[in-house]
Amino acid sequence: MSIEILDPVAEVIDNAPANRRLPKLGFLGWLSVAVIAIALFFAIFGPMLAPYDPTLSNLSYSNVGPIAGHPLGFDDQGRDVLSRLMAGARTTIFGAAFVSLIAIFVGTTLALLTAWFGGKTDTFISAALDVLFAFPGILLAVVAAAVFGPSLLSAGLALSIAYSPYVARVLRGAALKERAMTYISALEVQGFGALRLTVRHLLPNISALIVAQGTILFGFAMVDLAAISFLGLGVQSPNADWGVMVSEGKTSLLQGYPLVSLSAVFCIVSVVAAVSFLGDRLESSSRGGNR
Amino acid sequence: MLQFIAKRLAMLVATLLVASFAIYGALYLAPGSPIAALTGGRTLPPEVMAQIEARYHLNEPFLTRYWLWLTAAIHGDLGESIPLHESVNTLIAQRIGTTLQLVLFASILIVMFGVSLGIIGALGRGVVDTGVLFASTVSAALPAFAAAVILQFIFGVYLGWFPVLGTGDGFVDTIKHLTLPAIALAATSTALVTRVTRTAVREELDREHVQTAVSRGLPWSDVVRRHVLRNAAIPITTVVGITIASLIALSAVVETAFALNGLGAYLVQAAQNKDFAVVQGISLVLVVAFVVTNVVVDIAYALLDPRVSLGSRAQ
Repeated sequence: MSIEILDPVAEVIDNAPANRRLPKLGFLGWLSVAVIAIALFFAIFGPMLAPYDPTLSNLSYSNVGPIAGHPLGFDDQGRDVLSRLMAGARTTIFGAAFVSLIAIFVGTTLALLTAWFGGKTDTFISAALDVLFAFPGILLAVVAAAVFGPSLLSAGLALSIAYSPYVARVLRGAALKERAMTYISALEVQGFGALRLTVRHLLPNISALIVAQGTILFGFAMVDLAAISFLGLGVQSPNADWGVMVSEGKTSLLQGYPLVSLSAVFCIVSVVAAVSFLGDRLESSSRGGNR
Repeated sequence: MLQFIAKRLAMLVATLLVASFAIYGALYLAPGSPIAALTGGRTLPPEVMAQIEARYHLNEPFLTRYWLWLTAAIHGDLGESIPLHESVNTLIAQRIGTTLQLVLFASILIVMFGVSLGIIGALGRGVVDTGVLFASTVSAALPAFAAAVILQFIFGVYLGWFPVLGTGDGFVDTIKHLTLPAIALAATSTALVTRVTRTAVREELDREHVQTAVSRGLPWSDVVRRHVLRNAAIPITTVVGITIASLIALSAVVETAFALNGLGAYLVQAAQNKDFAVVQGISLVLVVAFVVTNVVVDIAYALLDPRVSLGSRAQ
């Protein structure tokens, strides 16, 4: 995901004065890119590459540690942990990507609407967003699970709704600033329509911030989705998912066999750390040299 | 100022009204009849069904039911759990204490460690600062459920210092049972508070009035206490308030991980069992707590910082 999202930043930055080149990533930055690339690779190919069936259980191998051919051993159901991690990358990564894409889309649309029309539209949308702020993402997801039944889809939609106001609030400020620029009024005077101005001029000029927000949200979404699956209200066992694996491995962990939970925790934490590191970098560079 | 507070309170009431409508409405839309849970799939004679429907107001139109529920809730009655035949108030009252203790414990940890580590990081340059930054980066990336699992393994299973499940009886035992959950709940927020504190103190240190104070020959500790920390307190208070508000929902995860008998864990259970009255009741309580905390933070921010333009929302 982040490989693709670097492009718009580069584009914006290339048009800019020389002091706003692509942010220097440094060692940690490249490490983060590598971690995300690996996670993305497994999200796409993991289920095909998994050496064993991730849901095939063999109780005689329950909680057996690493052996030849099974470098991470087995969980309490006797399922191959490595295969489950590889297969579970898909729902974990794509679920979070889905949430952040929807939240970014909705939030950006609302921000552009409020910035462009101002006045009553702004007041109304801002008030509606204030109400949404009253619902923490996890709470909304739990209620959604009660209503629609526990599934990745209901959890993902609930989180997207919960995140949208945060995106809208951050982008609204940037869009308002851009809206007040003279070039916009110049174009307006020349008779360009609202749609063209927002999509062709406002949007590209806040795109660096949008990308940064999307990256940061992706990290939050991964944590919250995993937490909801951990609660048993997201992806359902026996399907492999990193959040589900943390919760499934807990019984074994309490009996002194922590490998299942901890390996899933390790995967989640490293991807989240990488994403949030890159997101912070992108955000400070998109705010930094800008206007 | 009074006008600002009045406006925030009016917004609070409006938000809560809409939120309560959303909570009630969402569960009203849920597929399946609430009676099904009660009857267990048996077909009852129509008279009995009618009686049950009348008892739980299931035969009334939606708006009437919402109004009945809301007015009862304002009077402190959150209804009755249909599958359990128990008052939601009782169910909540049995569990709210654990959640309050947990959130309070975690808040104390956040304020104690977050603020002090932030100040240490900002004042001490070099290795100390790097250490603080590193620790806060690691714990910021540690979601509550991950922290819970790691703490349970290290301090519960491996070292055996703390119990890993349950709530405990009596003061000392409760503290012992709540220590690991509180740390797990506080981990991410502590990192956030540390970072904000560090940045805020750094910014103040570079201000001209601080340089003036130093050049006037005031003792360093006085400068820090009276000129730096006082001004840095404004962003710190805000971030502490906001993060503490965020703990309210997150407590569900930690309570489930540590099998604590709290509101959040019970909400998750009720959602799984489709016990709608309980889901509505607990969601309402949590939303009220969350919104009220945020408004208190807003007002505190305006009181602390006279520069805040009172017309706009403090953020």
